[in-house]
Amino acid sequence: MTDEARTTVSITVDGRSVEARPGELLIEAAERAGSYIPRFCYHPRMEPVGVCRMCLCEVDGPRGPSLQPACYLKVADGMKVTTDSEKVKKAQDGVLEFLLANHPLDCPVCDKGGECPLQDQTLAHGSGETRFVEEKRHHVKPISIGELVLLDRERCIQCARCTRFASEVAGEAQIAFSGRGDLIEVAPSPTQPFDSVFSGNTVQICPVGALTAKPYRFSARPWDLEQVESTCTTCAVGCRVAVQSSGNRLTRVLGVDSEPVNHGWLCDKGRFTLDSIDGNPDSHDLTSAATRVTQPMVRENGRLVPVAWGTALAEAARLLHEAGEGDAIGAIGGAALTNEGAFAWERFVRGALGSENLDAQYGDGLDPVLLQTLPLATIDQACAAPVVVTLTGDLREELPVLFLRLRESFAHRHHTLIELASGPSALRPLATHALALRPGEAPVIARALVSGHLPVGTLVHDDELAGARAAIGDGSGVVVVVGRANLAEDQRLVDEAVRTLAEGLPQAKFLVALRRANVRGALDMGLSPRLRPGRGFDATVDGRDTAAQLAAMVAGTQRATILLGGCLLGNVVDTELASAALAASKVIAVTGHGGATLAHADVVLPAAVSYERTGTVTNLEGRVTALAPKISAPGSAWSDVAIAAELALAWGQDLGLGSVELAAQAIEETTGYAALSVLQDQAFEGVVVGLDATPIARHAMDPMAFPGIRSTRTAGLGDSTGATVQLDVEGVAATAAAQRSDVSVTSLDVPPADAYALRVVLVHRLYDRGIAMQGSPALAGLVEETTLGVHPSDLDRLGVASGDVLTVRASGGDFTAPVVTDESIVRGTCVAAVATQRDGVDLVAKILDPSSPVSQVRLETR
Amino acid sequence: MSHFRADIRQRCEELVALYPRKRSAMLPLLHLAQENDGYLSEEGIAEVAALTGTTPADVRGTAAFYDMFHLEPVGKYVVGVCTNIACLLAGGEEMLEHAAATLGCAPGSTSADGLFTLEESECLADCNIAPCVQVNHRYVRTTTPEAFDQLVDDLREGRLDHDVPSHGTLIRVKRQGGLRVSAEDIAAERSVAIAARSARAEAAAAAAAAQGST
Amino acid sequence: MASLDAPRIVSSRRDFADSFTLTRYLETGGYVALRKALTMFPEAVAAEVDVASLLGRGGAGFPAGRKWSMLRRAPISYLVVNGDESEPATFKDHYLVERDPHQLVEGVIIAAYALQVNQAFIFLRGEFALGLERVQQALNEAYAHGALGAKIFGSDFSLDIVVHPGAGAYICGEETSLLEALEGKRGFPRIKPPFFPAVTGLYGEPTVVNNVETMSNLPWIVNNGGAAFAALGAGRSTGTRLFALAGDVKNPGVYELEMVKNTFRDLIFDPALGGGLAEGRRLKAFVPGGVSAPWFGPDQLDTPLGQDEVGGLGSMLGSGSVVVLDDASCVVRAAWRITKFFSRESCGQCTPCREGSGWIERIMYRLEHGGGRMEDLDLVLDLCDNIAPGLSWPPQQTTICVLGPSIPSSVHSALTMFRDDFVAHVNHGGCPHD
Ligand SMILES: Cc1cc2nc3c(=O)[nH]c(=O)nc-3n(C[C@H](O)[C@H](O)[C@H](O)COP(=O)(O)O)c2cc1C
Ligand code: SF4
Ligand code: FES
Repeated sequence: MTDEARTTVSITVDGRSVEARPGELLIEAAERAGSYIPRFCYHPRMEPVGVCRMCLCEVDGPRGPSLQPACYLKVADGMKVTTDSEKVKKAQDGVLEFLLANHPLDCPVCDKGGECPLQDQTLAHGSGETRFVEEKRHHVKPISIGELVLLDRERCIQCARCTRFASEVAGEAQIAFSGRGDLIEVAPSPTQPFDSVFSGNTVQICPVGALTAKPYRFSARPWDLEQVESTCTTCAVGCRVAVQSSGNRLTRVLGVDSEPVNHGWLCDKGRFTLDSIDGNPDSHDLTSAATRVTQPMVRENGRLVPVAWGTALAEAARLLHEAGEGDAIGAIGGAALTNEGAFAWERFVRGALGSENLDAQYGDGLDPVLLQTLPLATIDQACAAPVVVTLTGDLREELPVLFLRLRESFAHRHHTLIELASGPSALRPLATHALALRPGEAPVIARALVSGHLPVGTLVHDDELAGARAAIGDGSGVVVVVGRANLAEDQRLVDEAVRTLAEGLPQAKFLVALRRANVRGALDMGLSPRLRPGRGFDATVDGRDTAAQLAAMVAGTQRATILLGGCLLGNVVDTELASAALAASKVIAVTGHGGATLAHADVVLPAAVSYERTGTVTNLEGRVTALAPKISAPGSAWSDVAIAAELALAWGQDLGLGSVELAAQAIEETTGYAALSVLQDQAFEGVVVGLDATPIARHAMDPMAFPGIRSTRTAGLGDSTGATVQLDVEGVAATAAAQRSDVSVTSLDVPPADAYALRVVLVHRLYDRGIAMQGSPALAGLVEETTLGVHPSDLDRLGVASGDVLTVRASGGDFTAPVVTDESIVRGTCVAAVATQRDGVDLVAKILDPSSPVSQVRLETR
Repeated sequence: MSHFRADIRQRCEELVALYPRKRSAMLPLLHLAQENDGYLSEEGIAEVAALTGTTPADVRGTAAFYDMFHLEPVGKYVVGVCTNIACLLAGGEEMLEHAAATLGCAPGSTSADGLFTLEESECLADCNIAPCVQVNHRYVRTTTPEAFDQLVDDLREGRLDHDVPSHGTLIRVKRQGGLRVSAEDIAAERSVAIAARSARAEAAAAAAAAQGST
Repeated sequence: MASLDAPRIVSSRRDFADSFTLTRYLETGGYVALRKALTMFPEAVAAEVDVASLLGRGGAGFPAGRKWSMLRRAPISYLVVNGDESEPATFKDHYLVERDPHQLVEGVIIAAYALQVNQAFIFLRGEFALGLERVQQALNEAYAHGALGAKIFGSDFSLDIVVHPGAGAYICGEETSLLEALEGKRGFPRIKPPFFPAVTGLYGEPTVVNNVETMSNLPWIVNNGGAAFAALGAGRSTGTRLFALAGDVKNPGVYELEMVKNTFRDLIFDPALGGGLAEGRRLKAFVPGGVSAPWFGPDQLDTPLGQDEVGGLGSMLGSGSVVVLDDASCVVRAAWRITKFFSRESCGQCTPCREGSGWIERIMYRLEHGGGRMEDLDLVLDLCDNIAPGLSWPPQQTTICVLGPSIPSSVHSALTMFRDDFVAHVNHGGCPHD
């Protein structure tokens, strides 16, 4: 029997026998056998390269024992390994001595000092004295290789972790080894800095202090830091993080290796915008995202003035009473809340105030009922799926770590990717089939994909469609990733496309790629018209979504509006409409940050944010994890749950949700949705609603692979009992399927394409104008000026070059903007980012054509 | 818009087409980029990155591995003097010193007139005519100080323009015509050959078995 | 006396000034072997090579026939010819590519036919500007002659050969590094296993890598039969070999000699060959097979030029380069210079090679140029031992490729054979020869 065909092989390590998986790396099998082999270049999430030679151990072979790198060698049945002989020790000591020969030994001024694998190895095994009397290698001390990362080449031990991360994991070799022999160094191109949105990962995995992060540099010593494990709420992937603080000041966020979610990686926005949580203590401008809202405020004589909580709550309750019956009241937002907060607000607005007008999506989501009825896939299932179909925006810009996870399955496992491509996408180079769709064509192409019937006039060729259909087969094993690729396209077009795919591929599963942090949890808690807590819904009633609420505010029928977290103006696409709406309604803003919206607020209720809160959140795959607070909220900010409960009391009803725990208990008891059990049990890998709820425990993390994280076992999380109440997901889904046909489908009239106009694709960028970016001194500067992206052939027709400033004729008026060309853009379209501004003017409002399901512009040379 | 001269750009495209994968053309393309600019300029690097489907950082890092690629401008003539073992024994170090004095520049630097860059070379595989000197990677076979001075004179006066073309190791390495056998033909021939070979192997095995049983 | 009656196999055209042209090649029997090979079954061609017992001429001396037949399991996709020749004082391939490129090309076509490979690459070191021109010219002529390209000489066999220039990196001679360079990457040797590119080579597909001289032997073997080749030499070392003789001898050069039938003494001292040392000089030591190999002293002069004969004495015939040091040459300087070479040419992946080579070089520099300490002698040996535990040959490795354990060879040889010289250097505060 060949090794590969067996399920286990047995090897002997230092005389102890251990069972291993065939093909498993010796370094891992030995560790399980209790022999930890020292290492530097090995990283469990990357292909082994075996270059540092620290992990040499003796392996018996046909010609006697020889020294072999354990990080590279795969176990074979009967293998005999010695990790502690004199010969091994001499070889390892020799390698360590060689590594230190040219090392500057500047530990006292090195950020890594105190958490440095090289330092730890040296203390454990080093000889204590140096035999190296030669002049050491010299380099200019740290050089900036990107906006966020510094490189000290003298400290580098050439382990190739950072360069491998860049090329192998992130897929962009923006840094690479340069030079040869002992002159080898890591270098970016002088013309293209290391501006990857994943650059911070290289700092985290550097086993020495060669790569340091500019935002963290010199801000703390490791031994002064305390940490907890929590979940990043910058987007809906829900990466697990170690949050570290010194005193009550956040200092650093590191990626934790969560097997089902982030594998240790983070994006730079999640990693570095922690400074926006602290806010700028000197900023008192309430319209600035850098300002933390620390006290309750009410508007008096046109100005917001600080007041006591009681006064603010009473004023808010008065405004609500004054507005009248439930339908005159609405709430927008909620994706930034915890599940408990979302539940409390749902109970208040729907339960107490009797309003169906609540919406956690800001108009850039999907039909919530449709979402609750899709058969869902986890991230792992999407990564394991042999065929993935995407109908989303650029995942690297919207859900960066989901991009990394999926990228791996296409780049390294050669899974099939079928992109229904509307905008630029970082996954495009890996797509097996990219079916170009122009705005408005999503339902048509989706139908063609499931039926094989391709109407004339699309950009898709018959053979392309046939190839994609052949790959999909009957849909079993297929995972469809759906999101909003284009915010200038009527949402109902996408809903229809998704519904078509769901009905045409009944075997397929769906991963919903909506980007806002806890949007899934907020919807699961019922923060949307027709939805009910615990993934329930009632298709017979209806309320106003965000767009309808804004319209009702302008029309004067919705007289009081509660804004739940986040800045409304920073989140909606049509800011002109939103400003008019805010001006026309009474506004109660529950928020932790300032922002343009506060200029319209009548009552401001300060809330705790991100790493100041406890509670649970649900990521895009439906995984519920716990947030652990690391610092206390500034001033007199309260938790969202407390604010909802107290406002309800002031208004006249006791919700019975006096604390986060009580809210979590109420959620779980009334709906079966895992909240209290996750909060109490703090199962490391969380619980996916709808899947077997037995929590998976985290494997122990190697501080060599994740330096800086002391131990996630001591991160305040206890052991799991595995006891959770089950939500009846199947039951809900069955009801949903039965009711799906009742949901009215609007077939929209998409105007025919105009040969002289370009259809607008409005996309989200990672570095946007939201609170996290705007409030972060470290990252705010990285937000790019607006450009319009066009396919080169469309520019050729106009005879202009990339970089030229053109006149844009849009439905809302003309403006000028520079154009750049990009081959990955669909012909006949023009790509802009939301919150597109130039010279302070909001261009998106001009681009959007509210009268049409798609918008288009014409470009003209000036 | 190509940064390269039209003829060089064309040779680049032909080279890329010769290999099963674009990136394989990296080294010859870098030689051509050097022929275009005299060294590897940022523009040249960017164009090679585009031609090979890589990034500028990757191209630069790859180029920096190889001694023959210059990331900074060099003189019209790159003079290499070998000091490795065979040449060392034949006075290579003295030759290098002499060259530095004649050219007025230390090894690793360029003469004031920008004409010569002097390099200390590793073995150039011409050890029977030691110490070995190369100019622009052409063997000039000058083993005495006098011959070296004559060489420098000849180079300055342009008398060796034919023997020592300026930058570009591949300047006269020209393949006549691009691909000779199409990939489809190769694939077809290959599968036929593999099938024929295994048929012969089976026949041979069968024959051996038959012989064994009689 | 040297035995010089064996036929010249790879250097038969050395007396023609135009030996590199197609005309001369055809006049001297060129492409006859290829026509003959094309009438045989590919396996039969390979079998002749197997019978010839042709050992690889690149340094490792692995039998070409065995290497080719390992690949029977999976059909080979690519044939790659190693013409990187950068091992110090090795210059035999230089001779072959410049002076007899058609012989190389014919050998490559024969090998490709035997392996049924339709795509071959000839990797030549970039500093061979003339060699690159000559080989490309030979290929152009071969295409025009019908010996290369589609349907060679009307047969059912087609082949493309691409000349690939290196760019100045010794390590690219190591076959897996060469493949990386051929894939357009930095020349980092690949980690083993797999031990042979035959398993996973170029683009991860089965690939045969053979040296220029190995290939150049093939036309003769096909013309004369493997048995005729095997009748030359003795034991495992059959046929003839090119020896590159350099250093302190009267007539340095490339000599083709029958294997085993001659000794180092013949090569160095025969008037028709090396011609001995300069007047009044005595042999101090010599490098028997490239600077990676441990040195020999006068006592080993009568060792036959055979792979196992040299290997049995703890060194290797390697690349066929013999460097002679006479008693006026400084062994410390020689060993320092060789270490400096390895330090400059280490690819930089493996810690012991990258850091060890530089460290040892700096110690050796101090010993030679002043600043050496007595404790440096043991220190340098211990560092050598940390790179190649046990300091034996063939070496034990702590590194990915054999460049690492080659670093100690010369230092260890010099220090164990001539410790007194080192002591004199320390006492003198530098080289007493200066
Ligand atoms: C550091 C190093 C350098 C080498 N340089 C060369 C070289 O320049 N030419 C060569 O043919 N083989 C060289 N080799 C040997 C090759 O790896 C390989 O064994 C050889 O090309 C196989 O061809 P052969 O079997 O025909 O000898 C080198 C090996 C090492 C470890
Ligand atoms: S031993 Fe030296 S040359 Fe060989 S792979 Fe390691 S570092 Fe590179
Ligand atoms: S070589 Fe194994 S950990 Fe680096």
